[in-house]
Amino acid sequence: MRSIINYLKEIFGAVAALFKGMRVTGYYFFHPKEIVTQQYPENRATLTMFDRFKGEVIMPHNENNEHKCTACGICEMNCPNGSIEIISEMKVNEEGKKKKVLSKHIYHLGMCTFCNLCVKTCPSNALAMGQDFEHAVFDRSKLNKVLNKPGSVLMKGTE
Amino acid sequence: MEFNIYDLTSFTSSFDQLLMENLSPFWAVAIEMILIGVAILAFYAVVGLYLVYAERKVCAFMQCRVGPNRVGPYGFFQTIADLIKLLMKELIPIKNADKLLFNIAPYIVIIASFMAIAAIPFAKGLHAIDFNIGIFYIMAVSSLGVIGILIAGWSSNNKYSLIGAMRSGAQIVSYELSVGLSLITIVILSGSLQLSTIVEGQRDGWFLFTGHIPALIAFLVFLVAATAETNRGPFDLAEAESELTAGFHTEYSGIKFAFFFLAEYMNMFIVASIAVTMFLGGWMPFHVGGWEAFNNIMDYIPPFFWYAGKTAFIIWVMMWFKWTFPRLRIDQLLTLEWKYLLPINLVNIIIMAFVVLMGWHF
Repeated sequence: MRSIINYLKEIFGAVAALFKGMRVTGYYFFHPKEIVTQQYPENRATLTMFDRFKGEVIMPHNENNEHKCTACGICEMNCPNGSIEIISEMKVNEEGKKKKVLSKHIYHLGMCTFCNLCVKTCPSNALAMGQDFEHAVFDRSKLNKVLNKPGSVLMKGTE
Repeated sequence: MEFNIYDLTSFTSSFDQLLMENLSPFWAVAIEMILIGVAILAFYAVVGLYLVYAERKVCAFMQCRVGPNRVGPYGFFQTIADLIKLLMKELIPIKNADKLLFNIAPYIVIIASFMAIAAIPFAKGLHAIDFNIGIFYIMAVSSLGVIGILIAGWSSNNKYSLIGAMRSGAQIVSYELSVGLSLITIVILSGSLQLSTIVEGQRDGWFLFTGHIPALIAFLVFLVAATAETNRGPFDLAEAESELTAGFHTEYSGIKFAFFFLAEYMNMFIVASIAVTMFLGGWMPFHVGGWEAFNNIMDYIPPFFWYAGKTAFIIWVMMWFKWTFPRLRIDQLLTLEWKYLLPINLVNIIIMAFVVLMGWHF
Protein backbone atom coordinates (compact mmCIF):
# COMPACT_ATOMS: atom_id res chain seq x y z
CA MET A 1 0.00 0.00 0.00
CA ARG A 2 2.77 2.37 0.96
CA SER A 3 4.57 1.75 -2.30
CA ILE A 4 1.43 2.66 -4.24
CA ILE A 5 1.07 5.89 -2.28
CA ASN A 6 4.71 6.68 -2.93
CA TYR A 7 4.22 5.91 -6.63
CA LEU A 8 1.31 8.35 -6.87
CA LYS A 9 3.17 10.91 -4.77
CA GLU A 10 6.09 10.69 -7.18
CA ILE A 11 3.83 11.30 -10.18
CA PHE A 12 2.06 14.30 -8.66
CA GLY A 13 5.34 15.70 -7.34
CA ALA A 14 6.90 15.40 -10.77
CA VAL A 15 3.94 17.04 -12.50
CA ALA A 16 3.98 19.89 -9.96
CA ALA A 17 7.72 20.38 -10.48
CA LEU A 18 7.29 20.44 -14.25
CA PHE A 19 4.53 23.02 -13.99
CA LYS A 20 6.80 25.16 -11.81
CA GLY A 21 9.36 25.24 -14.60
CA MET A 22 6.74 25.89 -17.24
CA ARG A 23 5.40 28.82 -15.23
CA VAL A 24 8.77 30.55 -15.47
CA THR A 25 9.12 30.17 -19.23
CA GLY A 26 5.43 30.89 -19.73
CA TYR A 27 5.82 34.12 -17.77
CA TYR A 28 8.69 35.18 -20.01
CA PHE A 29 6.70 34.32 -23.12
CA PHE A 30 3.81 36.58 -22.16
CA HIS A 31 5.99 39.42 -20.87
CA PRO A 32 8.04 40.79 -23.78
CA LYS A 33 9.31 43.49 -21.42
CA GLU A 34 11.65 40.88 -19.94
CA ILE A 35 13.64 40.69 -23.20
CA VAL A 36 17.22 41.70 -22.51
CA THR A 37 18.51 41.75 -26.09
CA GLN A 38 19.90 45.11 -27.23
CA GLN A 39 18.97 45.78 -30.86
CA TYR A 40 22.31 47.28 -31.71
CA PRO A 41 22.26 49.36 -34.91
CA GLU A 42 18.81 50.76 -34.10
CA ASN A 43 19.65 51.84 -30.58
CA ARG A 44 23.08 53.18 -31.51
CA ALA A 45 22.24 56.72 -30.42
CA THR A 46 21.10 55.71 -26.95
CA LEU A 47 23.36 52.71 -26.38
CA THR A 48 25.42 52.95 -23.19
CA MET A 49 27.78 50.13 -22.43
CA PHE A 50 28.12 48.91 -18.87
CA ASP A 51 30.94 50.22 -16.66
CA ARG A 52 33.13 47.15 -16.79
CA PHE A 53 33.04 46.86 -20.58
CA LYS A 54 36.56 46.94 -22.06
CA GLY A 55 36.41 48.55 -25.48
CA GLU A 56 39.86 50.06 -25.87
CA VAL A 57 42.68 51.56 -23.81
CA ILE A 58 42.41 55.30 -23.39
CA MET A 59 44.42 57.94 -21.54
CA PRO A 60 42.08 60.34 -19.75
CA HIS A 61 43.03 64.00 -20.02
CA ASN A 62 41.70 66.78 -17.82
CA GLU A 63 40.35 70.11 -19.06
CA ASN A 64 43.83 71.70 -19.13
CA ASN A 65 44.99 69.01 -21.53
CA GLU A 66 47.01 67.29 -18.86
CA HIS A 67 47.48 63.54 -18.46
CA LYS A 68 49.02 61.48 -15.68
CA CYS A 69 51.53 59.43 -17.66
CA THR A 70 55.08 59.70 -16.35
CA ALA A 71 56.50 57.59 -19.18
CA CYS A 72 57.77 55.00 -16.71
CA GLY A 73 57.17 52.18 -19.24
CA ILE A 74 55.55 49.73 -16.82
CA CYS A 75 52.54 49.30 -19.07
CA GLU A 76 54.83 48.57 -22.01
CA MET A 77 56.67 45.93 -19.99
CA ASN A 78 53.45 44.33 -18.73
CA CYS A 79 51.70 44.14 -22.04
CA PRO A 80 51.69 40.43 -23.00
CA ASN A 81 51.54 41.05 -26.74
CA GLY A 82 53.51 44.20 -27.13
CA SER A 83 50.69 46.47 -28.16
CA ILE A 84 52.06 49.46 -26.24
CA GLU A 85 55.13 51.46 -27.22
CA ILE A 86 56.32 54.43 -25.21
CA ILE A 87 58.51 57.06 -26.76
CA SER A 88 59.96 59.44 -24.21
CA GLU A 89 62.62 62.12 -24.11
CA MET A 90 64.79 63.60 -21.36
CA LYS A 91 63.98 67.17 -20.55
CA VAL A 92 65.32 69.59 -17.98
CA ASN A 93 62.53 71.02 -15.86
CA GLU A 94 62.37 74.46 -14.22
CA GLU A 95 64.14 73.17 -11.09
CA GLY A 96 67.10 72.18 -13.22
CA LYS A 97 66.54 68.44 -12.89
CA LYS A 98 66.66 66.01 -15.78
CA LYS A 99 63.26 64.27 -16.17
CA LYS A 100 61.78 61.67 -18.49
CA VAL A 101 58.87 63.20 -20.36
CA LEU A 102 56.29 61.35 -22.47
CA SER A 103 56.34 62.32 -26.09
CA LYS A 104 54.24 59.50 -27.58
CA HIS A 105 52.21 56.71 -25.98
CA ILE A 106 51.58 54.45 -28.99
CA TYR A 107 48.80 51.91 -28.63
CA HIS A 108 48.32 49.17 -31.28
CA LEU A 109 44.62 48.39 -31.01
CA GLY A 110 44.96 45.57 -33.55
CA MET A 111 47.22 43.60 -31.23
CA CYS A 112 45.39 44.33 -27.99
CA THR A 113 43.49 41.51 -26.25
CA PHE A 114 41.86 43.87 -23.74
CA CYS A 115 43.39 41.98 -20.83
CA ASN A 116 43.44 45.12 -18.70
CA LEU A 117 47.01 44.47 -17.38
CA CYS A 118 48.30 47.90 -18.46
CA VAL A 119 45.47 49.65 -16.64
CA LYS A 120 45.97 47.54 -13.54
CA THR A 121 49.73 47.98 -13.28
CA CYS A 122 49.94 51.68 -14.07
CA PRO A 123 51.34 53.25 -10.87
CA SER A 124 49.80 56.65 -11.55
CA ASN A 125 46.41 55.58 -12.94
CA ALA A 126 47.12 57.23 -16.24
CA LEU A 127 45.32 54.61 -18.32
CA ALA A 128 41.72 53.47 -18.38
CA MET A 129 39.43 51.28 -20.43
CA GLY A 130 37.14 53.14 -22.79
CA GLN A 131 33.70 51.91 -23.85
CA ASP A 132 33.83 52.62 -27.54
CA PHE A 133 33.74 49.35 -29.50
CA GLU A 134 33.18 50.39 -33.11
CA HIS A 135 36.79 49.92 -34.19
CA ALA A 136 36.32 48.73 -37.78
CA VAL A 137 38.59 50.61 -40.23
CA PHE A 138 39.63 50.03 -43.82
CA ASP A 139 43.37 50.26 -43.19
CA ARG A 140 45.32 48.38 -40.55
CA SER A 141 47.61 51.34 -39.90
CA LYS A 142 44.63 53.28 -38.55
CA LEU A 143 44.55 50.92 -35.60
CA ASN A 144 47.82 52.33 -34.28
CA LYS A 145 46.82 55.19 -32.03
CA VAL A 146 48.69 57.81 -30.05
CA LEU A 147 46.99 58.03 -26.72
CA ASN A 148 48.36 61.32 -25.40
CA LYS A 149 46.76 64.28 -27.10
CA PRO A 150 49.01 66.70 -28.99
CA GLY A 151 50.44 69.37 -26.74
CA SER A 152 49.40 67.63 -23.55
CA VAL A 153 51.65 67.76 -20.52
CA LEU A 154 52.03 65.85 -17.29
CA MET A 155 49.54 66.80 -14.63
CA LYS A 156 51.12 68.78 -11.77
CA GLY A 157 51.73 66.68 -8.70
CA THR A 158 51.84 63.35 -10.51
CA GLU A 159 55.20 61.74 -10.00
CA MET B 1 -20.06 25.81 -58.11
CA GLU B 2 -21.08 27.18 -54.74
CA PHE B 3 -18.46 27.95 -52.14
CA ASN B 4 -19.51 27.85 -48.51
CA ILE B 5 -16.71 28.37 -46.04
CA TYR B 6 -18.69 26.68 -43.26
CA ASP B 7 -19.23 23.47 -45.19
CA LEU B 8 -16.87 22.61 -48.02
CA THR B 9 -18.59 19.31 -48.80
CA SER B 10 -20.84 20.85 -51.46
CA PHE B 11 -17.85 22.60 -53.06
CA THR B 12 -15.76 19.46 -53.32
CA SER B 13 -18.64 17.26 -54.49
CA SER B 14 -19.74 19.77 -57.15
CA PHE B 15 -16.12 19.96 -58.37
CA ASP B 16 -16.06 16.17 -58.48
CA GLN B 17 -19.29 16.13 -60.52
CA LEU B 18 -17.92 18.72 -62.92
CA LEU B 19 -14.88 16.54 -63.61
CA MET B 20 -16.90 13.37 -63.87
CA GLU B 21 -19.28 14.91 -66.44
CA ASN B 22 -16.50 16.11 -68.69
CA LEU B 23 -13.90 13.38 -68.39
CA SER B 24 -13.71 9.63 -68.14
CA PRO B 25 -13.73 8.42 -64.49
CA PHE B 26 -10.07 7.43 -64.67
CA TRP B 27 -8.88 10.89 -65.69
CA ALA B 28 -11.24 12.60 -63.28
CA VAL B 29 -9.82 10.61 -60.36
CA ALA B 30 -6.27 11.11 -61.62
CA ILE B 31 -6.74 14.89 -61.83
CA GLU B 32 -8.31 14.99 -58.40
CA MET B 33 -5.43 13.04 -56.94
CA ILE B 34 -2.85 15.29 -58.58
CA LEU B 35 -4.64 18.44 -57.41
CA ILE B 36 -4.87 17.16 -53.83
CA GLY B 37 -1.25 16.03 -53.96
CA VAL B 38 -0.05 19.44 -55.12
CA ALA B 39 -2.23 21.22 -52.56
CA ILE B 40 -0.93 19.07 -49.73
CA LEU B 41 2.65 19.47 -50.96
CA ALA B 42 2.34 23.25 -50.97
CA PHE B 43 0.62 23.21 -47.60
CA TYR B 44 3.36 20.95 -46.25
CA ALA B 45 6.16 23.25 -47.38
CA VAL B 46 4.54 26.46 -46.14
CA VAL B 47 3.49 25.04 -42.78
CA GLY B 48 6.89 23.41 -42.29
CA LEU B 49 8.73 26.65 -43.00
CA TYR B 50 6.53 28.71 -40.74
CA LEU B 51 6.67 26.19 -37.93
CA VAL B 52 10.45 26.57 -37.95
CA TYR B 53 10.00 30.34 -37.77
CA ALA B 54 7.41 29.98 -35.00
CA GLU B 55 9.69 27.70 -33.04
CA ARG B 56 12.57 30.17 -33.25
CA LYS B 57 10.37 33.03 -32.15
CA VAL B 58 8.71 31.11 -29.30
CA CYS B 59 12.04 29.82 -28.06
CA ALA B 60 13.50 33.32 -28.21
CA PHE B 61 10.68 34.85 -26.19
CA MET B 62 10.95 32.11 -23.58
CA GLN B 63 14.67 32.84 -23.24
CA CYS B 64 14.24 36.63 -23.01
CA ARG B 65 15.54 37.13 -26.55
CA VAL B 66 14.04 38.65 -29.69
CA GLY B 67 14.67 35.87 -32.19
CA PRO B 68 14.99 36.33 -35.95
CA ASN B 69 14.18 39.96 -36.74
CA ARG B 70 16.33 41.01 -39.69
CA VAL B 71 14.94 39.33 -42.83
CA GLY B 72 11.67 41.09 -43.48
CA PRO B 73 9.40 42.58 -40.83
CA TYR B 74 9.85 40.64 -37.56
CA GLY B 75 12.14 38.28 -39.45
CA PHE B 76 9.13 36.86 -41.28
CA PHE B 77 11.15 35.71 -44.31
CA GLN B 78 14.02 34.25 -42.30
CA THR B 79 13.10 30.62 -42.91
CA ILE B 80 12.54 31.25 -46.62
CA ALA B 81 16.07 32.62 -46.79
CA ASP B 82 17.25 29.55 -44.87
CA LEU B 83 15.49 27.30 -47.37
CA ILE B 84 17.16 29.03 -50.30
CA LYS B 85 20.49 28.60 -48.58
CA LEU B 86 19.84 24.90 -47.96
CA LEU B 87 18.77 24.35 -51.58
CA MET B 88 22.03 25.80 -52.84
CA LYS B 89 24.31 23.93 -50.48
CA GLU B 90 26.48 21.09 -51.64
CA LEU B 91 25.31 17.53 -51.03
CA ILE B 92 28.41 15.96 -49.55
CA PRO B 93 28.86 12.31 -50.58
CA ILE B 94 30.10 10.17 -47.71
CA LYS B 95 32.91 7.72 -48.31
CA ASN B 96 32.06 4.18 -47.16
CA ALA B 97 28.42 5.06 -46.69
CA ASP B 98 25.75 2.76 -48.08
CA LYS B 99 24.85 4.99 -51.03
CA LEU B 100 21.38 3.62 -51.77
CA LEU B 101 20.10 3.59 -48.19
CA PHE B 102 21.80 6.89 -47.44
CA ASN B 103 19.93 8.57 -50.28
CA ILE B 104 16.60 6.85 -49.63
CA ALA B 105 16.37 7.60 -45.88
CA PRO B 106 15.25 11.27 -46.04
CA TYR B 107 12.50 10.37 -48.49
CA ILE B 108 11.17 7.60 -46.25
CA VAL B 109 10.98 10.01 -43.34
CA ILE B 110 9.20 12.66 -45.37
CA ILE B 111 6.82 10.21 -47.14
CA ALA B 112 5.72 8.80 -43.79
CA SER B 113 4.64 12.21 -42.53
CA PHE B 114 3.19 13.07 -45.94
CA MET B 115 0.96 10.00 -45.94
CA ALA B 116 -0.37 10.80 -42.49
CA ILE B 117 -1.48 14.28 -43.56
CA ALA B 118 -3.87 12.81 -46.15
CA ALA B 119 -6.21 11.43 -43.51
CA ILE B 120 -6.43 14.53 -41.31
CA PRO B 121 -9.75 16.41 -41.40
CA PHE B 122 -8.89 20.11 -41.76
CA ALA B 123 -12.44 21.40 -41.98
CA LYS B 124 -15.89 20.15 -42.81
CA GLY B 125 -15.44 18.58 -46.24
CA LEU B 126 -11.74 19.48 -46.39
CA HIS B 127 -10.56 15.94 -45.86
CA ALA B 128 -8.49 14.18 -48.53
CA ILE B 129 -9.48 10.63 -47.65
CA ASP B 130 -11.87 9.50 -44.93
CA PHE B 131 -10.95 5.93 -44.02
CA ASN B 132 -13.24 4.00 -41.74
CA ILE B 133 -10.09 3.18 -39.75
CA GLY B 134 -8.66 6.72 -40.02
CA ILE B 135 -6.98 7.04 -36.64
CA PHE B 136 -5.51 3.56 -36.92
CA TYR B 137 -4.13 4.44 -40.35
CA ILE B 138 -2.54 7.65 -39.08
CA MET B 139 -0.89 5.85 -36.18
CA ALA B 140 0.44 3.11 -38.43
CA VAL B 141 1.76 5.47 -41.08
CA SER B 142 3.26 8.11 -38.81
CA SER B 143 5.34 5.50 -37.00
CA LEU B 144 6.94 4.46 -40.30
CA GLY B 145 9.17 7.52 -40.10
CA VAL B 146 11.42 5.79 -37.60
CA ILE B 147 12.46 3.33 -40.32
CA GLY B 148 13.91 6.26 -42.23
CA ILE B 149 15.73 7.42 -39.11
CA LEU B 150 17.16 3.94 -38.50
CA ILE B 151 18.27 3.66 -42.13
CA ALA B 152 19.86 7.12 -41.98
CA GLY B 153 21.78 6.22 -38.83
CA TRP B 154 22.88 2.85 -40.16
CA SER B 155 23.92 3.89 -43.65
CA SER B 156 25.93 6.92 -42.52
CA ASN B 157 28.69 4.61 -41.26
CA ASN B 158 29.19 6.90 -38.28
CA LYS B 159 29.01 5.84 -34.65
CA TYR B 160 27.17 8.96 -33.53
CA SER B 161 24.53 8.49 -36.19
CA LEU B 162 24.09 4.85 -35.27
CA ILE B 163 23.73 5.58 -31.56
CA GLY B 164 21.20 8.30 -32.32
CA ALA B 165 19.21 6.03 -34.61
CA MET B 166 19.20 3.18 -32.11
CA ARG B 167 17.98 5.49 -29.38
CA SER B 168 15.27 6.72 -31.69
CA GLY B 169 14.23 3.14 -32.37
CA ALA B 170 14.00 2.26 -28.67
CA GLN B 171 12.11 5.47 -28.04
CA ILE B 172 9.49 5.01 -30.76
CA VAL B 173 8.91 1.34 -29.93
CA SER B 174 8.21 2.32 -26.32
CA TYR B 175 6.18 5.45 -26.84
CA GLU B 176 4.07 4.09 -29.68
CA LEU B 177 2.35 2.03 -26.97
CA SER B 178 1.37 5.10 -24.99
CA VAL B 179 0.19 6.99 -28.04
CA GLY B 180 -1.92 4.04 -29.16
CA LEU B 181 -3.42 3.32 -25.75
CA SER B 182 -4.30 6.94 -25.03
CA LEU B 183 -6.03 7.16 -28.42
CA ILE B 184 -7.86 3.89 -27.72
CA THR B 185 -9.26 5.56 -24.60
CA ILE B 186 -10.94 8.10 -26.84
CA VAL B 187 -11.96 5.48 -29.38
CA ILE B 188 -13.83 3.71 -26.55
CA LEU B 189 -15.63 6.96 -25.79
CA SER B 190 -16.46 7.80 -29.41
CA GLY B 191 -17.15 4.23 -30.53
CA SER B 192 -15.54 4.78 -33.93
CA LEU B 193 -12.16 4.78 -35.65
CA GLN B 194 -13.37 6.99 -38.48
CA LEU B 195 -12.08 10.54 -38.04
CA SER B 196 -15.16 12.23 -39.51
CA THR B 197 -17.40 10.31 -37.10
CA ILE B 198 -15.11 11.16 -34.19
CA VAL B 199 -15.26 14.87 -35.02
CA GLU B 200 -19.03 14.70 -35.54
CA GLY B 201 -19.35 12.98 -32.16
CA GLN B 202 -17.94 16.09 -30.48
CA ARG B 203 -20.80 18.31 -31.62
CA ASP B 204 -22.12 18.67 -28.07
CA GLY B 205 -18.75 19.18 -26.40
CA TRP B 206 -15.21 18.11 -27.06
CA PHE B 207 -14.16 14.71 -25.80
CA LEU B 208 -11.69 16.31 -23.43
CA PHE B 209 -14.69 17.75 -21.54
CA THR B 210 -17.33 15.09 -22.13
CA GLY B 211 -14.96 12.33 -21.09
CA HIS B 212 -13.80 14.38 -18.05
CA ILE B 213 -11.21 12.60 -15.81
CA PRO B 214 -10.12 9.65 -18.01
CA ALA B 215 -10.08 11.83 -21.12
CA LEU B 216 -7.97 14.45 -19.34
CA ILE B 217 -5.47 11.82 -18.21
CA ALA B 218 -5.38 10.35 -21.71
CA PHE B 219 -4.80 13.85 -23.13
CA LEU B 220 -1.85 14.52 -20.83
CA VAL B 221 -0.35 11.10 -21.55
CA PHE B 222 -0.86 11.66 -25.27
CA LEU B 223 0.89 15.03 -25.13
CA VAL B 224 3.93 13.51 -23.40
CA ALA B 225 4.06 10.44 -25.63
CA ALA B 226 3.49 12.47 -28.78
CA THR B 227 6.34 14.82 -27.90
CA ALA B 228 8.53 11.75 -27.50
CA GLU B 229 7.28 10.27 -30.79
CA THR B 230 8.31 13.32 -32.76
CA ASN B 231 11.85 13.18 -31.31
CA ARG B 232 11.51 16.65 -29.85
CA GLY B 233 12.96 18.00 -26.68
CA PRO B 234 12.97 16.97 -23.83
CA PHE B 235 13.02 13.61 -25.65
CA ASP B 236 15.42 14.56 -28.46
CA LEU B 237 17.93 11.84 -27.60
CA ALA B 238 18.18 10.83 -31.22
CA GLU B 239 19.82 14.17 -32.00
CA ALA B 240 21.25 15.15 -28.60
CA GLU B 241 23.48 17.94 -29.87
CA SER B 242 25.74 17.96 -26.85
CA GLU B 243 26.49 14.22 -27.00
CA LEU B 244 26.01 13.06 -30.58
CA THR B 245 26.72 16.23 -32.62
CA ALA B 246 23.46 15.89 -34.57
CA GLY B 247 22.60 12.23 -34.08
CA PHE B 248 21.15 10.38 -37.02
CA HIS B 249 21.45 13.28 -39.48
CA THR B 250 25.06 14.20 -38.68
CA GLU B 251 26.29 13.22 -42.15
CA TYR B 252 23.49 14.82 -44.13
CA SER B 253 23.83 18.19 -45.78
CA GLY B 254 21.89 20.52 -48.03
CA ILE B 255 18.37 19.58 -49.04
CA LYS B 256 18.57 16.07 -47.57
CA PHE B 257 19.17 17.59 -44.16
CA ALA B 258 16.31 19.98 -44.86
CA PHE B 259 14.03 16.99 -45.47
CA PHE B 260 14.76 15.59 -42.02
CA PHE B 261 14.32 19.02 -40.53
CA LEU B 262 11.02 19.62 -42.32
CA ALA B 263 9.73 16.14 -41.46
CA GLU B 264 10.42 16.77 -37.77
CA TYR B 265 8.27 19.89 -37.80
CA MET B 266 5.55 18.30 -39.90
CA ASN B 267 5.43 15.36 -37.51
CA MET B 268 4.83 17.84 -34.75
CA PHE B 269 2.01 19.33 -36.82
CA ILE B 270 0.49 15.91 -37.48
CA VAL B 271 0.68 14.91 -33.85
CA ALA B 272 -0.93 18.20 -32.83
CA SER B 273 -3.64 17.60 -35.44
CA ILE B 274 -4.35 14.16 -34.00
CA ALA B 275 -4.53 15.62 -30.49
CA VAL B 276 -6.94 18.29 -31.74
CA THR B 277 -9.10 15.82 -33.67
CA MET B 278 -9.32 13.27 -30.90
CA PHE B 279 -9.51 15.45 -27.80
CA LEU B 280 -10.38 19.01 -28.80
CA GLY B 281 -13.05 18.44 -31.41
CA GLY B 282 -11.06 18.85 -34.62
CA TRP B 283 -12.73 21.55 -36.71
CA MET B 284 -15.81 21.45 -34.49
CA PRO B 285 -16.50 24.83 -32.86
CA PHE B 286 -16.65 25.05 -29.08
CA HIS B 287 -20.13 23.78 -28.28
CA VAL B 288 -21.83 23.22 -24.98
CA GLY B 289 -24.70 20.76 -25.19
CA GLY B 290 -28.05 22.56 -24.78
CA TRP B 291 -26.80 26.17 -25.05
CA GLU B 292 -28.29 26.96 -28.44
CA ALA B 293 -27.50 30.69 -28.56
CA PHE B 294 -23.92 30.19 -27.45
CA ASN B 295 -23.41 27.40 -29.99
CA ASN B 296 -24.78 29.56 -32.80
CA ILE B 297 -22.37 32.37 -31.95
CA MET B 298 -19.47 29.91 -31.95
CA ASP B 299 -20.58 28.60 -35.37
CA TYR B 300 -19.83 31.99 -36.94
CA ILE B 301 -16.10 31.26 -36.87
CA PRO B 302 -15.34 29.00 -39.88
CA PRO B 303 -14.31 25.43 -39.00
CA PHE B 304 -10.89 25.75 -40.58
CA PHE B 305 -9.99 28.56 -38.20
CA TRP B 306 -11.13 26.50 -35.23
CA TYR B 307 -8.91 23.68 -36.43
CA ALA B 308 -5.91 25.94 -37.13
CA GLY B 309 -6.23 27.78 -33.83
CA LYS B 310 -6.44 24.64 -31.76
CA THR B 311 -3.54 23.03 -33.63
CA ALA B 312 -1.43 26.15 -33.16
CA PHE B 313 -2.17 26.04 -29.46
CA ILE B 314 -1.10 22.39 -29.12
CA ILE B 315 2.05 23.10 -31.14
CA TRP B 316 2.79 26.04 -28.87
CA VAL B 317 2.40 23.79 -25.81
CA MET B 318 4.85 21.30 -27.33
CA MET B 319 7.32 24.12 -27.98
CA TRP B 320 6.80 25.23 -24.41
CA PHE B 321 7.79 21.72 -23.28
CA LYS B 322 10.88 21.75 -25.46
CA TRP B 323 12.20 25.07 -24.24
CA THR B 324 11.50 24.43 -20.56
CA PHE B 325 12.61 20.90 -19.77
CA PRO B 326 16.13 19.48 -19.86
CA ARG B 327 16.79 16.39 -21.97
CA LEU B 328 16.20 12.98 -20.38
CA ARG B 329 18.78 10.21 -20.23
CA ILE B 330 17.91 7.05 -22.18
CA ASP B 331 17.23 5.04 -19.00
CA GLN B 332 15.05 7.83 -17.60
CA LEU B 333 13.18 7.94 -20.89
CA LEU B 334 12.39 4.23 -20.79
CA THR B 335 11.56 4.36 -17.07
CA LEU B 336 9.06 7.13 -17.74
CA GLU B 337 7.33 5.05 -20.39
CA TRP B 338 7.34 1.57 -18.89
CA LYS B 339 6.97 2.39 -15.20
CA TYR B 340 4.70 5.42 -15.38
CA LEU B 341 2.88 6.17 -18.62
CA LEU B 342 2.02 2.58 -19.56
CA PRO B 343 0.47 1.52 -16.19
CA ILE B 344 -1.38 4.85 -15.95
CA ASN B 345 -2.70 4.33 -19.46
CA LEU B 346 -3.87 0.76 -18.85
CA VAL B 347 -5.71 1.77 -15.67
CA ASN B 348 -7.11 4.75 -17.52
CA ILE B 349 -8.57 2.56 -20.28
CA ILE B 350 -10.39 0.47 -17.67
CA ILE B 351 -11.73 3.63 -16.05
CA MET B 352 -12.88 4.93 -19.41
CA ALA B 353 -14.54 1.63 -20.30
CA PHE B 354 -16.31 1.71 -16.95
CA VAL B 355 -17.37 5.34 -17.42
CA VAL B 356 -18.77 4.59 -20.87
CA LEU B 357 -20.48 1.43 -19.63
CA MET B 358 -22.19 3.26 -16.77
CA GLY B 359 -22.98 6.28 -18.95
CA TRP B 360 -21.13 8.67 -16.61
CA HIS B 361 -19.82 10.78 -19.47
CA PHE B 362 -21.66 13.85 -20.66
